[in-house]
Amino acid sequence: MFDLEVLVTTERERSRKRGGLALGDPAASSGLRFKNRRPEVPASGDNKVKICHCFIRKLLCCSVRLNPDATFLSGGGSFKKGKSKEAEIKRINKELANIRSKFKGDKALDGYSKKKYVCKLLFIFLLGHDIDFGHMEAVNLLSSNKYTEKQIGYLFISVLVNSNSDLIRLINNGIKNDLASRNPTFMNLALHCIANVGSREMAEAFASEIPRVLVAGDTMDSVKQSAALCLLRLNRTSPDLVPMGEWTTRVVHLLNDQHLGVVTAATSLITTLAQKNPDDFKTSVSLAVARLSRIVTSASIDLQDYTYYFVAAPWLSVKLLRLLQCYPPPEDAALRSRLTECLETILNKAQEPPKSKKVQHSNAKNAVLFEAIALIIHHDSEPTLLVRACNQLGQFLQHRETNLRYLALESMCTLASSEFSHEAVKTHMETVINALKTERDVSVRQRAVDLLYAMCDRSNAKQIVAEMLSYLETADYSIREEIVLKVAILAEKYAVDYTWYVDTILNLIRIAGDYVSEEVWYRVIQIVINRDDVQGYAAKTVFEALQAPACHENLVKVGGYILGEFGNLIAGDSRSSPLVQFNLLHSKFHLCSVPTRALLLSAYIKFINLFPEVKATIQDVLRSDSQLRNADVELQQRAVEYLRLSCIASTDILATVLEEMPPFPERESSILAKLKKKKGPGKLPDMDDSRRSVNGSTDSTHSFTDVLNLNPAPSSGANLLIDVFSESSAPAAATDVSEENFPRFVCKNNGVIYENQLLQIGLKSEYRQNLGRMYVFYGNKTSTQFLSFSSSVSSSDLNVHSKAVDPVIEGGAQMQQILNIECVSDFSDAPVLNIQFRYGGALQNIAVKLPVMLNKFFQPTEMMSQDFFQRWKQLGAPQQEVQKIFKAKHPMDTEVAKAKILGFGVALLDGVDPNPANFVGAGVVHTKTTQVGCLLRLEPNMQAQTPNGNAAPPATDPSFPFGAGLPGSHLGICSRCRGEQGDGFVGLKGTWPKSHELKVAFDLASFLPPDGRVCERLLLRT
Amino acid sequence: MQFMLLFSRQGKLRLQKWYVPLSDKEKKKITRELVQTVLARKPKMCSFLEWRDLKIVYKRYASLYFCCAIEDQDNELITLEIIHRYVELLDKYFGSVCELDIIFNFEKAYFILDEFLLGGEAQETSKKNVLKAIEQADLLQENIDFQMRLFAGSRDPAQRAGGNRTDINTIFIAIHTPPSASYSAVCS
Repeated sequence: MFDLEVLVTTERERSRKRGGLALGDPAASSGLRFKNRRPEVPASGDNKVKICHCFIRKLLCCSVRLNPDATFLSGGGSFKKGKSKEAEIKRINKELANIRSKFKGDKALDGYSKKKYVCKLLFIFLLGHDIDFGHMEAVNLLSSNKYTEKQIGYLFISVLVNSNSDLIRLINNGIKNDLASRNPTFMNLALHCIANVGSREMAEAFASEIPRVLVAGDTMDSVKQSAALCLLRLNRTSPDLVPMGEWTTRVVHLLNDQHLGVVTAATSLITTLAQKNPDDFKTSVSLAVARLSRIVTSASIDLQDYTYYFVAAPWLSVKLLRLLQCYPPPEDAALRSRLTECLETILNKAQEPPKSKKVQHSNAKNAVLFEAIALIIHHDSEPTLLVRACNQLGQFLQHRETNLRYLALESMCTLASSEFSHEAVKTHMETVINALKTERDVSVRQRAVDLLYAMCDRSNAKQIVAEMLSYLETADYSIREEIVLKVAILAEKYAVDYTWYVDTILNLIRIAGDYVSEEVWYRVIQIVINRDDVQGYAAKTVFEALQAPACHENLVKVGGYILGEFGNLIAGDSRSSPLVQFNLLHSKFHLCSVPTRALLLSAYIKFINLFPEVKATIQDVLRSDSQLRNADVELQQRAVEYLRLSCIASTDILATVLEEMPPFPERESSILAKLKKKKGPGKLPDMDDSRRSVNGSTDSTHSFTDVLNLNPAPSSGANLLIDVFSESSAPAAATDVSEENFPRFVCKNNGVIYENQLLQIGLKSEYRQNLGRMYVFYGNKTSTQFLSFSSSVSSSDLNVHSKAVDPVIEGGAQMQQILNIECVSDFSDAPVLNIQFRYGGALQNIAVKLPVMLNKFFQPTEMMSQDFFQRWKQLGAPQQEVQKIFKAKHPMDTEVAKAKILGFGVALLDGVDPNPANFVGAGVVHTKTTQVGCLLRLEPNMQAQTPNGNAAPPATDPSFPFGAGLPGSHLGICSRCRGEQGDGFVGLKGTWPKSHELKVAFDLASFLPPDGRVCERLLLRT
Repeated sequence: MQFMLLFSRQGKLRLQKWYVPLSDKEKKKITRELVQTVLARKPKMCSFLEWRDLKIVYKRYASLYFCCAIEDQDNELITLEIIHRYVELLDKYFGSVCELDIIFNFEKAYFILDEFLLGGEAQETSKKNVLKAIEQADLLQENIDFQMRLFAGSRDPAQRAGGNRTDINTIFIAIHTPPSASYSAVCS
């Protein structure tokens, strides 16, 4: 598995080179070659220990022997690979068994054999095999006084950390001995081991010991270096265990150490510590500036071995510059000018001709330069330096080294957010756009996109968005989604007129529809709904875009939604008449996924409201089997419900239910949130407006940045049509009034009126004459408290008194509230119960329509047949009578119907109607000011649903109502229910002035269980 | 630096050094993912890439990829030179280093790395000092009899049937099959 490839590689390398392909070797350009050559045969007496060569070679051999011609095969068949892998495993298992038996054997192993076997185990582990023994032997090696044995023991432990506590104690013991040994080589081994393992147990044992070693006067330099970085590692893994103390000041002074290696290690440690406790290490700033100044002004030979390809101590310089980034610019003027001098020197050096052509020279030099620029950006206080930095990066943008171009783009992104250099960055826009078009490496192009995004402001937004859009057509799939998000954000943020915004987003969908996430199209809809100046344009544009023979599903979604809301704005033009709009949308219907179809169905029902003239067409579509009997539950339900809604609701009700969407509340842009999430915190160029206010690129009046939030709005299923954003489930700031269960209470007084994930509201009510008492039960379904609970009832027509409630509902508990209701006069609007409470910090608002209807104040009245007919006939005036024909939902059941009518509140009069199938009732509605008698009649049509209501002749004969046993003529009375299908009929007669009778009748009708084949007639007269 | 990986062009891991605590499973997953990502890149592409929330700096030396994962604020170019300095150290110690040196002397590769980098930070950037430390350690070692057979008595029967060739011969045959194109000539 492993060795074979080495040989194959070596072979291939060679044959490649013989074939003259060596020029393509990526290593060819680097200063140093990592050479391919045969390893030297270990000679005896060689002082470099080679412990398990033979074993390694064995493994090599078994591979080679099994595949004698493997070296010549370029592909290396999997069969052969598998076989050699098998051989390897076989070999290894054999060896493991051998080692195990050696370790378990009675004979004590000498140090050398122990080391040899531990080393073999280590090698096997590094090959990717599991090792579950040998730890004890490795720990034993720690106490050996032979260096190599100790070393292998430590290596084994560093690589195979085991959380076995017994072992950890033994290991710590070994480390402790070595730390105390005063032998620097042993101490280093111990410190390396702590730094490599870095476990909590080790931190507990040594975190207080190591600082002492670090600052002790007699510690060797190399030990100091190891101790510093060891402490750094412990501080990273268990910062709580590393005590700050007197040693911190002495650590800072290590920056002055003679030995540059010690300074290098100490700088790393101080940087890490200073990030957490900046105040404790403030003094390091002046020392770091002094040290940096000495390095940058030194001649390249001064630092001897710390000079790397003619660059003085590049690693140390970078670390010092990093340390300075933990602090603001120094306040002391002298120090500050000295630092500025250093930074200027570094910038100057970048302009000097290179001292070497080697890439290492330029890399090391530029590493320092980039770190210096990072410090300049961090300080963000010296405009001249910022502009110089920007110009320097501008040069790199066209450098032939890909790495430099990449880094220049990356670093410019941060420069763009500084007010001093934003304008300077903008001057490079053309170069960056060019990079976007010509760079061959996708990661570089991605940096270019980031930079364009960061440098975008109102002045160049149109150009940048256009460039990004055109790049999107060819962009790599991996970064398309991110570009889409960025374009969407920029288009929204810098839109001067929203027609441009709409165009841009539609283009976005056209070019990269697959990558347009839901957030983006939600957002465009929210913006269009919130801005009425763009609605007409949006409708026109989506209508035109939908004309394309193939358009993306996201476009259909946006189109469906916008035309459903604002299709009326373009309906005046005959080319986009309602029917044309509908046909256009419907032509896409069958190609779309279920969620889109569901959205389109909602758009259709909205059309019915907007354009009564297409109602019949749409109803036909809804009624078709492909909708009503769709296999998908959601589609089927929508089709059935919308069809019913369109059939039984009056124009007024339709207009209310299907009203235009109200403006969305403005929230943080979810697109931005998504981009942040995608890029990780801190990676996104700062889009904070305040910083750029100097150049006027943004203004505070811009209000749309924050409209779109995905956590939406919830509805708690209250209103079917809000359900278009069907992901929304959280009952966040729901202010929609829940009426979901309202109709169920027409004929009964008790039950659950509202329920969501948090709260259940139950009702129990009783009525006497014009007074009612309602018990409201609030059930907390969660296990946590609801805090600041409050409720209030708003009613326009009724007097409602609610008793105060406790502000806390415990988890799982129920609370009761009593409402006293008085009916003053007749009314049509039910009271609304508003509830507010805090759950887990979030404020919850719930509004529930309370089921208090006029019929609740019925008092049943018994009367004789004769009285009944007499009164019925007297009530013939049009305003005294309401009739409705409707389609039954269920087969007509006499007992059920009786129960319903009783629940409705009237007395059921038996033996009054000559037709036994009919139901007759009477009651008196009590209000404070008046009492109104009511008569009701329900005529089920047990025959099939004969004629269609549309075709039925309107009956005008007022004497008809009692045409008992005349099922065929029922339909005649539906004249007042125009627009209905005429399948069923409910009537209500009364004398009160407001025309809300139909509403009551409708409530009842929707509740009675007729079915499609049975007609009912319900008449109610006062 | 969070970790350093050395792997071959075939995707075989040769050396791994982790400076953050991770479970073995995570390490394997990261390695697999990263090796794939880096191997898929074309030669002229830049040496840096974003990966998860880390920056990856890699460079290829002959058949071996050196790959470091650094954090957001870390300096890419200096990391590239850390890699190069490590290669220089290996080269100096082994004398024209190759992949096989790292396989055969993996423990040395680790020791050199520990002298150079500790806890993910450069400990000693002077080439002379690092090598001095390693050589001092080597001087402490006792002589070892290299003729000693580690596997005496446990030889593979197939090999025994294969003839008298020694292990070393087998390797030489494998390596030398096409007539010698001098490595030093090709590689210099």
